[in-house]
Amino acid sequence: MAKVLVVTSGKGGVGKTTSTAALGAALAQKGQNVVVVDFDVGLRNLDLVMGAERRVVFDLINVVQGVAKLPQALIRDKRVESLWLLPASQTRDKDALTDEGVGRVIDELRSRYDWILCDSPAGIERGATLAMRYADEAIIVTNPEVSSVRDSDRIIGMLDSKTVRAERGERVEKHVLITRYDPGRAARGEMLNIDDILEILATPLLGIIPESQDVLKASNVGTPVTLNNADSAPARAYVDAARRLMGEEVAMVVPTERKGLMNRLLGRRAA
Amino acid sequence: MDVRADSTRQLVRLRGRSYVAFVFSPVVPIVDWLGEIDNTLARSPGYFVGKPIVLDLSAVDLSGPAIAHLLGSLGERNIRVLGIEGVDEERLATNMPPLLTGGRSCVITRNEPAKKPEPEPKPKPNSLLLENPVRSGQSIVFIEGDVTVLGSVGSGAEIVAGGSIHIYGTLRGRAMAGVNGNSAARIYCQRIEAELLAIDGYYQTAEEIDESLRNRPAQAWLQGDTMKITPLN
Repeated sequence: MAKVLVVTSGKGGVGKTTSTAALGAALAQKGQNVVVVDFDVGLRNLDLVMGAERRVVFDLINVVQGVAKLPQALIRDKRVESLWLLPASQTRDKDALTDEGVGRVIDELRSRYDWILCDSPAGIERGATLAMRYADEAIIVTNPEVSSVRDSDRIIGMLDSKTVRAERGERVEKHVLITRYDPGRAARGEMLNIDDILEILATPLLGIIPESQDVLKASNVGTPVTLNNADSAPARAYVDAARRLMGEEVAMVVPTERKGLMNRLLGRRAA
Repeated sequence: MDVRADSTRQLVRLRGRSYVAFVFSPVVPIVDWLGEIDNTLARSPGYFVGKPIVLDLSAVDLSGPAIAHLLGSLGERNIRVLGIEGVDEERLATNMPPLLTGGRSCVITRNEPAKKPEPEPKPKPNSLLLENPVRSGQSIVFIEGDVTVLGSVGSGAEIVAGGSIHIYGTLRGRAMAGVNGNSAARIYCQRIEAELLAIDGYYQTAEEIDESLRNRPAQAWLQGDTMKITPLN
């Protein structure tokens, strides 16, 4: 059965798009049929992170408004064949999205894919509420930092009240994904630690993605971090998170960089 | 000595009290109108017993003796008149009920003995229980009484209650208790990291809350005009 998942956060710049691409790619590599949908109309980024920006012809708005058919707008990934992208429009804004239009597109996607990952825009306005509107599950991306955590708390409140499931009296299953986590800085009290975040959000943890250069490197070359360097710490953390989404039991550890002896010695000295 | 001085000066205490009275407005011919009264009495005898009756004579022009006769006729039907309105005072004899002014209309609730008394409306619940955390940006307003939250109240969330507020998680947002003047209301929480506490309009912000109380079970209450916040254990 198809699952609609919204990747949301409230706050901007915490890693929604990176996480959507990485999780989508990880799920697709596990043989699942996955589509990632960019809801950030007017500020689209998912096409860049997926490396598909030069292949966009039609977009979500065209499909919502009936200008194009869904298959015309879907872009198949060149690396993983069960991974697809439905890009957003860069020339329009969020007002071009309609509730019925989005509902129709999501319904149509449900019949084609196992996973529909909706990359929500930041904020709590129309774009964000429509991205979460038809979700069955939600991933709340949070940085270990008070403003991000409070915004996530706000978004969780909205998931519990503004989604179709909530209005029907059903639950939207929620997962917290902590990104840009630096165990060293958390230990020194420069960051919120995991327990603090979970205590505030009172929501189960999906995964902890360590802060890493690999994330920026991967998005600069237009590749989801899980495909770019599968051995990197963030890639392994995303794969673990994807396995948990699929129902596997995976121990919660924060992957660290695999360093040689020299690197490790140097790394310590630098810290 | 003081006692004697007191006993010589007895103060007359005047109190106000209001009753709802039936207003009779006779019309000519008076005989027919009395017939209507008889009909009412025939359907439910004793309908007017024990009810204050006011006679409104503004619709008719009756002389003093005519008013006396009308009062007599009502008296025969066991209807006693409390007061009269809508007539010149000169026309009223001293043995008649007094002239009344300043009456206000209101709806009369009938409770005829034949009718079953309506079941009392269920009293509204005077407490609100929230089993889930109250998230940032949510505002819970419950003027009718107490609010109990089993989870935490997030930063940027607020609880407004007419009564007391009980939070079995961490209070990180705002809590306003006793909002409609209930100064006996209190705020209890398992951990206090509140942004603002208020009881009956008196408030304290996070800055004013003593650091030593932070992250502990605490209660807040009003002592006169000052808000007290003390640990619960």
